[in-house]
Amino acid sequence: MLGVITLLSPLITAAIIALGLRRVPEAASKLSVLSAIVGFVCSLIMLIWSCNPVEPLVWATAGDFSLKIGLLSDDKLAQGMLFIVTFVGLLVHVFSLGYMKDDPGKARYYMGLSLFMFSMTGIVLADNFAMMFIFWELVGVSSYLLIGHWFMKDSAADAANKAFMVNRIGDFGFMAGILLLFAITGSLGFEEIRTAIENSPPAQGLLIVATLCIFCGAVGKSAQFPLHVWLPDAMEGPTPVSALIHAATMVAAGVYMMVRVIFLVEAAPMAGEIIAYIGGGTALLAALMATQQDDIKKVLAYSTLSQLGYMVMAVGLVAKHPGGDYAGHAAFFHLYTHAFFKALLFLGSGAIIYACHHEQNIWKMGGLFRRMPKVAITFAIGTAALMGFPFVTSGFWSKEIILAEAYGTPVLFWIGVGTASLTAFYMTRLFLIVFFGEPRTDHAAHAKDPGAVMTRPLMILAVPSLIAASGLVYKWFGIHPPHHADGHATFILGASIGALIFGVSLGFFLYKGKKKEPIGFALFRDKFYIDEIYIGMVRVCQDGVAYVAKALDQIVVDSLAVLGSARLARGVGNLFRFTQVGNLQGYAFLFGGGVLVAIILLFSFAR
Amino acid sequence: MEISLLHLIVLLPLVTAVMIMVGAPARQLAQGSSVLNAVFGVLLFSLFDRDDAGFQFVASLNVLESPGINFALGVDGLGVVLVLLSVIVMLCAVWQVPKRIEGSEKLYIVSILLIGGGAIGAFATTDLFFFYAFHELALIPTFLMIGIFGHGPDRTSIAWKITIYLGVGSLVLLAGLLWLYQASGVESFDMLTLIEAGKNIDAEAQKWIFLLLIIGFGTLVSLFPFHSWAAPAYAAAPTPVSMLHAGVLKKFGLYGLLRLAVPMLPEGFAAWENLILVLLLGNVIFIGFVTISQRYLDRLLGYSSVMHMGYAFLGMMALNEVGYNGVVLMLFAHGLSVALLFALCGQLRERVPTLEIRELGGVAKAAPFLAVFFGLGAFASIGLPGFANFASEVMIFLAAFKDGLGEDGGITPLQITCIIAVWGVVISAVYMLRAYRNIFQGEREPQEGLLDVAMDQRWPLVLLVAGLVAAGIFPNLILNLLP
Repeated sequence: MLGVITLLSPLITAAIIALGLRRVPEAASKLSVLSAIVGFVCSLIMLIWSCNPVEPLVWATAGDFSLKIGLLSDDKLAQGMLFIVTFVGLLVHVFSLGYMKDDPGKARYYMGLSLFMFSMTGIVLADNFAMMFIFWELVGVSSYLLIGHWFMKDSAADAANKAFMVNRIGDFGFMAGILLLFAITGSLGFEEIRTAIENSPPAQGLLIVATLCIFCGAVGKSAQFPLHVWLPDAMEGPTPVSALIHAATMVAAGVYMMVRVIFLVEAAPMAGEIIAYIGGGTALLAALMATQQDDIKKVLAYSTLSQLGYMVMAVGLVAKHPGGDYAGHAAFFHLYTHAFFKALLFLGSGAIIYACHHEQNIWKMGGLFRRMPKVAITFAIGTAALMGFPFVTSGFWSKEIILAEAYGTPVLFWIGVGTASLTAFYMTRLFLIVFFGEPRTDHAAHAKDPGAVMTRPLMILAVPSLIAASGLVYKWFGIHPPHHADGHATFILGASIGALIFGVSLGFFLYKGKKKEPIGFALFRDKFYIDEIYIGMVRVCQDGVAYVAKALDQIVVDSLAVLGSARLARGVGNLFRFTQVGNLQGYAFLFGGGVLVAIILLFSFAR
Repeated sequence: MEISLLHLIVLLPLVTAVMIMVGAPARQLAQGSSVLNAVFGVLLFSLFDRDDAGFQFVASLNVLESPGINFALGVDGLGVVLVLLSVIVMLCAVWQVPKRIEGSEKLYIVSILLIGGGAIGAFATTDLFFFYAFHELALIPTFLMIGIFGHGPDRTSIAWKITIYLGVGSLVLLAGLLWLYQASGVESFDMLTLIEAGKNIDAEAQKWIFLLLIIGFGTLVSLFPFHSWAAPAYAAAPTPVSMLHAGVLKKFGLYGLLRLAVPMLPEGFAAWENLILVLLLGNVIFIGFVTISQRYLDRLLGYSSVMHMGYAFLGMMALNEVGYNGVVLMLFAHGLSVALLFALCGQLRERVPTLEIRELGGVAKAAPFLAVFFGLGAFASIGLPGFANFASEVMIFLAAFKDGLGEDGGITPLQITCIIAVWGVVISAVYMLRAYRNIFQGEREPQEGLLDVAMDQRWPLVLLVAGLVAAGIFPNLILNLLP
C-alpha cells in the first residue's frame, strides 16, 4: 500500500498542476513539495519496517496474455533505491523553492519534478520488464522536459533533444533485449526469467546477445561510452535538476536495472566482461575530460560519468565472482553513496551559481570560501567523499569494494586506481579555483551564502556523505560491508590512498594561486572530439541516408508509377474540368456511375 | 426491419449531407449532427457487450435478390472500435472547418460529411457490396476536396495523382474481391458467409487472390511501395480532409485485410509472408528515412503517417491475438494522433507564411496552446507511455516474440523484422523532435501578431488528446472488446 501511495502521489500532483495550477506557481510548488514529503515518509517506513505486497494490476490484456503493473514489496534493493530517490528528491524540491523562486515557469518546473518522481518510483518498484520499460521511457520524458525547461534558449532546447535521442538509441537495444528474453523464457517478470534461465539454461550465444542488448538500455540511461555525450549537455537544465536527475537518481537507473537482473550477467560471463570494460573505459575517459573543463557543472557532470563507469564496471565484474550473495552489492553501494555526495556537490554548485548571478565559469569565481562559508564547508565534505578521503567518508568505502572486486583483473584494477587519482586531481583543481585566491569578478566578490531553504539541504546531505557506511545503514539497505579480512586488502588500501595523495598534490602544485588555466590540454577539454565525430556520423549515416532515400523515393517509386498515370491524366483532363465546377449533381452522377459499373461487373461474374 | 443505433450512426451524416444539399444551414447543422453522432458512437461503444465475440447491433435489409445484396449492418469488436474512432475524428474534423472558405461552403461541408459517413458505413456493414461502395462514397469527395479546396499551386496534379493511384488500387481490390466471391462458391455477399466459405478455396487460388488483395488494400493503406500518393495528398488537402483520410479512411485497407483477407485466405497469407515482411520494413525504415529529410511540416506528417502503417502490418504478421489486439489499438491510436497533428498543422498554416521547418522558430512563445498540444501529439506519435500509441506498439512488438523462438532455436524472420522495425522508434523521435524543436522552441522570434488557437476550436483537440490518454493509461478499454 505504501508503495502505491509513493507511486501515485507525485502523479496526482503533476496532473493537478497540469490541469489547474499552471497560473498559481506558489500553490503548485507547495503541493509538489508536499507530495515529495509524503513519498519520503512512505519510503522511510518501508525501509525500516517493510510493507505488505499488493496485487498486481492488469494493464493490458490480449486473450490469455497480459501485461501487469506489479510493485516489488519485500525487496531490499528496491527499498534502498526508493529511499535514495525520495530523500534526494525531497531535498531538491526544497532547494528549488529558493533556486527557482523568480522563474516564470515555476509551475511547469514543479510539474516536471513531480512527473519525474512518479516515473523514477515506477522504475524502482517495477517487478517486470514491461513495467520497467514504461517508466524508463517516462523518466526520459521528464528528463527531456526538465533539461528543456528554458526552451526559449537554443542551447537548452538542443540539449533536451540530444538527451532524448541518445537515450532512444539505448532504448532500442533495451527493447530488443526484452523481446529476446521474452522469446527465450516466455516471460517478462524478473523473478520468472531468473527461474526460467536457472532451470533450463538457454544457448549461451543468444543469452550473451540478449544481456548486451539489455545493457544497451543502461548505456543510454547511465551515459556510458559510447552514448555518454548527452549527459554533459544536459547541464543546460536548472541545477537542482542536474543534482536530482543527472547525478543522483535517473542516471543511476541503468546501474539499478543491471543489478536487478544481475543473474543475466552471471549466466553470461562474456557479456559481463564486455560490460566491465565499457564501465572501466568510461570511468577513465570521463575523468580525463573532467580535468580540463571550465564550467563548474561540466566538471561535476564528467565526474558523474566517471563514477557511473565505476558502478558499471562493478556490475560487469560480478561475472568474475559468480554465485555469491555479494553479487551487485559493490555497484549498488557506490550508487548509493554517490547519490548523496554528488547531489550535495551539485546543489552546492547551484548555490554558488545562484550567488554569482548565474556565472558557471570557475575562472570567474574565486575566494568564495570566506564569502560563502556554509556552502564551502559542505562542498568540501562532498569533495572529500568523491575523492574517497580515507575512513571518514562514505565514498572511500564504496570505492574500496569496487577496487577489491577488480583486484583479480589487473587492467581494470589499475584503471580504477588511475581514475581515483584523476578524481582527486580535478576536484582539487575545482576546489582551489572556486574557493581560494582572489575573486576574479565583481559577482564573485559580492557573493554570499544563500538563505536557509538552500543551505539546509546541503547540510542534511553532508551527513550521509560522511556516515553512509555505518553498520546500521548496511543492515537497512541489505548491503554486505567490505571484506577486510582479505589478504590483499592492505595493498588495495595503499593503492587507493596513494592515488589520492598523488592526485591532490599534483592538483595543489599546478593550480595553487593560478588565475587562468596553466595547462590548457585541448584533447581533454574538447572531450576527445567525440561530439564532433558523432555529428559527422549523423550527417553521413542519418541525413545522408535520408537524402538518398528521399531521392530514391522520388525517382524510382514515384516517377515510374506516375509516368503512366500522367498520360492517363491528360486524357481524362476534360472530365475533370467538368467536376471542378464543383456542382454536386456532377459529382453524384460520377459516383452513381461508379456504383453502376461495379454492379454490372458483379453480375457478369456472378453465376 | 428494426432501426438500431448503428443505423442512426451510419445514416446521420448522410442524411445531414442531403439536408444541406437541399438548403439547410450547412455549418451549424453539420456541427450539431457531428456532436450527436459522437454521442451515439460513445453510446454504441458502451452498449457493446464485451463478453460476446460475435457481431452485434445486427440488422439487414434486402436490396437485391440475386446475387443477394443486403444493406446489412453489424459490428464486432474490431468494427465498434473503428466506428468509435470515425465519429470522434469526424466531430473534430467538422469543427476544424476554417471560418472562411474560398468557394462553396456547402460543397465543402457536404464533402466532409460524405467522407466521414462513407468511412463509418464501410466499417459498420457486413455486406461485401456495401463495404466496397461505402468506401468509394468516401473516396470520391476526397479527390474533389483536394482539387478544389486544396493548398499549393500543384494541388490539381496532386488530386489527379491520388485519384488515379487510389482508383487503380480500388480496381485491383475489386478484382480481388470478385475473384474471392467467385471462388468461394456461395451466392451471397454476406461477409460472414464468405469467411466461412473461404476456407474451401484451394491454395493456388488463395495465393493469387491474396496478392490482389494485398496490392489493393495495401495501396489504400499506403503500404510500401504503393505509398507515394499519401504524403503529397495530405499536404495538399484541406485540414479536415487530411484528418479524416489519414485518421480514418486510410484504415479501411487494414480493416479489409483483417476482416477478409487474413481469415479467409490463410494459405495465401502464408505464401506471401516474406514479401510482406520486406514491404513493411520499407514503410518503417525506408519511409522513416524519407521522413527525416522532409523540409515541410505537412509533408513530414504525411510521411510519418505512412511510416507508422508498417507497424500495423507487423502486428498483423504475428498472427496471434496479441498482434491482432495490438493492431486494432494502433489503428485507434494512430487515427486520433494523426488527426490531432494534422489539425494543429492546419492551425499553424493559417498563422505563418510557410510551413518550411527551417524558416520557423519560437512559436511556443506566442501560441502556448498550439505548442503544448502539438507536443502532446508528437509525444503520442513517437510512442511515449501514457498515450495509446505506446501500448499498441509494445503489444505489436511482443506479439512477434510471444510464440517463442523458431523451431531450430534461433530467431525467426518475423522476429528479425521486428527488431529492425524497433529502430523505427528512434527514427520517429529524430524527425518529430527535430521539427518540434525548430518550429516551437528556440530563440528565434515568432511571426509578428501570431495568435493562439481560437477558444472555440480548442475543445475538439482536447477531446482527441483525452481519447489518446484514456486508451493509453487503460488500453483495456479498447482491448477488452476483442475476443
